[in-house]
Amino acid sequence: MRDKVSFSTKWALGLIGLIVFFGGWEAAIRTGLLPSGMVPAPSSLGPAWLDEVRGGFWQQAILDSLHHYLLGLLIGSVLGAGLGILCGMVAVVDGLLEGIVRLLRPVPGLAWVPFAILWFGLNTSGATFVIAISVFWINFYAAHSAVRGVDPELYELAAAFGHGGFFGRLFKVVLPAASPGLMSGLRTGLGQGWMSVVAAELFGVPGIGARMMQASSLLATDVVVVYMLTMALLYAVTDFLFGFVRKRVLRWQP
Amino acid sequence: MSAKHSVASLDNVGLSHDGGANFVLRNVSLTLEQGEFVALLGPSGVGKSTLLRVFMGLMQPTEGTVGGSACTTDAEETGTKRRRRALVFQDARLMPWRSVLKNVEFGLEGLGLTREEKRTRAMDALKLVGLEEAADRWPRRMSGGQRQRVGVARAFTVNPDLLLMDEPFGALDPITRSSLQEELQRIWQQTHKTVLFVTHDIEEALRLATRVVVLAGGPPAGITGEIAITMDERNPESTVFRTYAARLRAMIAGEKDPGGAPYWRSAEI
Repeated sequence: MRDKVSFSTKWALGLIGLIVFFGGWEAAIRTGLLPSGMVPAPSSLGPAWLDEVRGGFWQQAILDSLHHYLLGLLIGSVLGAGLGILCGMVAVVDGLLEGIVRLLRPVPGLAWVPFAILWFGLNTSGATFVIAISVFWINFYAAHSAVRGVDPELYELAAAFGHGGFFGRLFKVVLPAASPGLMSGLRTGLGQGWMSVVAAELFGVPGIGARMMQASSLLATDVVVVYMLTMALLYAVTDFLFGFVRKRVLRWQP
Repeated sequence: MSAKHSVASLDNVGLSHDGGANFVLRNVSLTLEQGEFVALLGPSGVGKSTLLRVFMGLMQPTEGTVGGSACTTDAEETGTKRRRRALVFQDARLMPWRSVLKNVEFGLEGLGLTREEKRTRAMDALKLVGLEEAADRWPRRMSGGQRQRVGVARAFTVNPDLLLMDEPFGALDPITRSSLQEELQRIWQQTHKTVLFVTHDIEEALRLATRVVVLAGGPPAGITGEIAITMDERNPESTVFRTYAARLRAMIAGEKDPGGAPYWRSAEI
């Protein structure tokens, strides 16, 4: 059994863990345990970050990536959740798409990069496309299983009070009843979206991913780590902000 | 309008779930008159709930016809600000994502009412069941009896001609159950809705109804008998009540009606 830890203790423990991690890392480099050419020292990250900020690269990379991310997230989430809901509600659509879904699902987002370049070019649309695809599947499956899990007795209730049609069921039953599953799909997609930002920008569309590639080709490992941490921070912020939306939508839940 | 008219009627209705020869109900004819409180009594699993859903229009009969002013298919409800039929489910069936008030308002959505109209009418219905204080609560925080009161309010708020109740108190403890029975009786006497009340409890049927109809046998099940009751015969201690209970038990078992109604009533039966 897990022993219980209070909220503040949990925070303190997390902080101690981070300090130990970075402290050990720094010590390992200073004592020569880790070769400094391969891994940047944590103490070098601050100056590297300041350089990036002074040059305006950091801000620009974030703006570019945020643009790809938000657009890809929006398109992928809306299409993925929309199609997932449709498949969950309409057996014929579900049957029609089943084969196609099985075929396309295992293809990783990165594998779409050649087509992204071919169809959209090395630009925002191409990067957005790659992000949207990876977000799409997460939302598709989350929505599909959330809708399939809706208590069928609620459909009967809706029908008894004049909402037996497709849109009546959709708005009065499916969307609210499936909202916990839809929300967790959106949330997972939020994280997956940031992960695919790197993949989407690897081939040269400006942004955090592209900046990381440039830095790594110059063996500027400290800059690479600065952008890794930047991405972690951006994910933490988006997840935190989404927490408010989630709490508001699911306030009826225990 | 005549003093009595048929609110809902089934004429030789048969129903098979797969549309084939396996009928669960057959040759069922039943007419509900304005203001009646009819209990549909029968053993579990006999098809009472199915019959109720035919009245509600949630299931189409395989053979026979459904009629009556509340059940005719031209029941155009938009604009009339009411529904002709309303259903109370056995399990209350509230929407957990809606507050108590919003659950009651659900009955009124799609009828072209303003936000204020919906709110006023839903609050009136909550007052009727004594839950106006609970309007902003979440259903999951309520007891089974309170939840079922909300279910009753949701049905009453649509001001139906026909109120269909599917063993609404079956899942409640005996104390809550009898207080809800009394409350339903009071509300019925205030509103004089036509009620069809499904139950497998003989005593409940005799305490609430003006007429008890027995659905038994089968499959396919059919109506095996009925008894009309007056208000003063409802005392469970009385001989009449016990005679009726015995007769209903016999009808459920599929035996011949042993008779035994008071002499002044026997002519009607």
